[in-house]
Amino acid sequence: MTAAQPLPWSLRQNPRLGQWVSFADAGIARVFTAKVELGQGILTAMAQIAAEELRLPLAQIEVVSGDTRFSPDESYTAGSMSIEIGGTSLRIACAQARQTIVARAAAQLEVDAARLSIERGAILRDGKDSGLNYWKVAPEIDWNQTVDGEVELGEPSAAQYIGRSLGRVDLPPKVTGAAFVQDLELPGMLHARVLRPPTPDAHLISLDRSRAEALAGVVKLSVSGDFVGVVCEREFQAVKALEALSTGAKWAGEESFAIDQDWKRSLPRLRSIDSHIEHGEAGALPAGVKRVSATYSKPPLAHASMGPSCAVASFEGDALRIWSHTQGVFPLRAALAKALRIDEQRITVMHTQGAGCYGHNGADDVALDAALLAREVAPHPVRVQWMRGDELAWSPFSSPMVVKIDGAVTPDGKIADWSSEIWSGPHGRRPNRHGVELLAAAHIDPPIPFAEVHEDMNLFAGGARNSEPTYELAHRRILLHSLPGLPFRTSALRTLGGYANVFAVESFIDEMADAIGIDPIGFRLRNLSDSRARRVIESAVQMSRWEPNEPRGTGRAAGIGFARYKTTAAYVAVVANVDVAEQVRVTKVHCAVDAGLAINPDGIVNQIEGGIIQAISWTLKEQASFGPSGVTTRSWDQYPILRFDEVPAVEVRLIDQPDLPPLGVGEASCGPAGAAVVNAVARALDRRVRDLPLTREQIIATTA
Amino acid sequence: MPIAMSHTINLSVNGERHRVVVDHYDTPLLYILRDDLKLKGTRFGCGSGQCGACTVLVDGAAIRSCETPAWSVEGRSITTIEGLGTLARMHPLQSSIIEQQAGQCGYCLSGIIMSAAALVEKDHEPSRDKILAALDKNLCRCGAHNRIVGAIERAWREETRS
Repeated sequence: MTAAQPLPWSLRQNPRLGQWVSFADAGIARVFTAKVELGQGILTAMAQIAAEELRLPLAQIEVVSGDTRFSPDESYTAGSMSIEIGGTSLRIACAQARQTIVARAAAQLEVDAARLSIERGAILRDGKDSGLNYWKVAPEIDWNQTVDGEVELGEPSAAQYIGRSLGRVDLPPKVTGAAFVQDLELPGMLHARVLRPPTPDAHLISLDRSRAEALAGVVKLSVSGDFVGVVCEREFQAVKALEALSTGAKWAGEESFAIDQDWKRSLPRLRSIDSHIEHGEAGALPAGVKRVSATYSKPPLAHASMGPSCAVASFEGDALRIWSHTQGVFPLRAALAKALRIDEQRITVMHTQGAGCYGHNGADDVALDAALLAREVAPHPVRVQWMRGDELAWSPFSSPMVVKIDGAVTPDGKIADWSSEIWSGPHGRRPNRHGVELLAAAHIDPPIPFAEVHEDMNLFAGGARNSEPTYELAHRRILLHSLPGLPFRTSALRTLGGYANVFAVESFIDEMADAIGIDPIGFRLRNLSDSRARRVIESAVQMSRWEPNEPRGTGRAAGIGFARYKTTAAYVAVVANVDVAEQVRVTKVHCAVDAGLAINPDGIVNQIEGGIIQAISWTLKEQASFGPSGVTTRSWDQYPILRFDEVPAVEVRLIDQPDLPPLGVGEASCGPAGAAVVNAVARALDRRVRDLPLTREQIIATTA
Repeated sequence: MPIAMSHTINLSVNGERHRVVVDHYDTPLLYILRDDLKLKGTRFGCGSGQCGACTVLVDGAAIRSCETPAWSVEGRSITTIEGLGTLARMHPLQSSIIEQQAGQCGYCLSGIIMSAAALVEKDHEPSRDKILAALDKNLCRCGAHNRIVGAIERAWREETRS
């Protein structure tokens, strides 16, 4: 099969063959990607792709990931696009490298290229050693040539590496010792902590430096505007110095923080910038249609990564090196250059793995913290790790959202009209997109404040992600009220607005089905023509043996959620079983997935399982909360997540489609899982909860 | 003038004796393991014993090293993930986690493995309920829970078979 046209974005941005593959070291093929390991297994999948197209054993592949010195600039590792865009780009480049080298060898050997084959990098003629190999021929080909996609890709049916559930290459070190940026140790390295203001608008009035400076091991106390950092010889010294600084700091404006956390009431009252899309004609509706209307809300959520954000920085002269678990080494480099006012070319950012990343967390912010403090104590490297409270309070939140849907359904169960309104803060405030957008930059003197950001449905709107259902709709209109003025920072968390929108859309689909008395499975199938969508729904229902006409209000029920992520990526259907007594307990989950060609099937299943469990945690338990003095959810008891004894059994069926392009899965199961739980609870209680999370208090408020 | 108040602490970690000087008497074990002994597999997650990322064994029992003052475990036998097994010679729990691909980011795993180690030391084939109880103080954010529990259940069974 030939490569799909147009070429993927990463290849168009980085068209030279030498940006992707190198045979500079004997016996090794080095491949370059800016897609980084976030715990999703991307390093393993990239190695599989390269091994397949270069016809090399995995042991001969070295993946260089997220290093501004070597990697192609592929922007961020985000949006479940690493395999679809980055992996497909690498695959095409590797195929072109192999074919170009083989063609060159054929010319040298004066034989037809069809007689040549590759074994461990050696070029065989009619199955016998020709004396040539990748490394001998590589210097003779033009590595500046454009990757044009005019290549034959390996056939999936003959694949040796693609499609196999190979073990993750990054896991063994993680269960035996040092593995993360948090664990990095450099000669002369110092440890630092940063004192944050209580609220985003607070300013430092006075700071008692004496108590901190009297402590052992304090190397440098750095104050610039509202930025306070302390560098120490040892880590616990920095923790103690931070405590001393915290009690000695006075802030102004710290009591100014107020927002009504009844999101359904408060968000529609905020200033908004509106945009909409519309497809089809809003014609006269046939007689006998039923109109349905409902409004749903979702609170702000925290990333709540297990490991607080961390970075190491070192200045040598004017050259800055950064070790970071950022999702985008190039955008971070550009933002750091602006914040530090130094030439971008003097900065090297090297991705180093961190704890689980589900979107735009504190990784980039802590890199600037470390750089600011490393400049004060050069040439010592400085390691900064946030405290748990910083991680939960200062990483960007996912935006609270309100979704109102109005629809009409015919008596025979066809959706006749669909109109929705979404209120949401921005979901894409990553560094260097709208401005510098780094936390410490907004606190130093002179400050570089955060930009005012809103989204536009006709450009990129994370708040509208998955607001257009995959169902057949004659007419649909979607209006986004983008809210630039929320008093806390919101940005990308796994699915962006997709989780809230799928929760709303799939709740509403059940409400429409109820309105005309059709079962929710039959109703979905009646309004879906996409055969891949129908198949995942039918599979999930069959796996779960769900009988949708079971009696309601018994405290026990199942429910379904379906979505095609981003309306372009993987298809996922989830059936969740719940038991509702004092609390909601999810007892069993069945899930069917169609992600096209599966590069690493077990890797996909692992991502799908994880997305389901994380979304159940969001749905049942999670909400970031605020008081007059800022964020009040700063520890695990204030921001509880799903625990081991609350996790349901999850069964995933992967529908393999080896002849279709691979589709991203990292975020695909979250929306359907949340919706399935909500729909199951509605049936168990015979009463619908439209505001998340489904805590005991929320359920009592709804059913009272 | 910095206040010079140093304290000497004697620790036995992974079978080796160490003498460490700290300047804060309440320095938690976690920081000594990571910064003085360079045993980085024990990780900081919350600093208040709520997430379990810093779990180590003290005389075979799982404790949270982030809230355990180092002086309180002087003379006791401390085991970290590095003492449990190595890349070349993994403990059955470590190899079972790899075998089952029971992890995503992996940050929580060393703490979880240590919590499980305290359990399987006494009970080679623990029931699912006992495993869940042993992991009561551990959190995982990526959603690898089911694989992790499955890997712990299988660890010893496959070990005794091989």
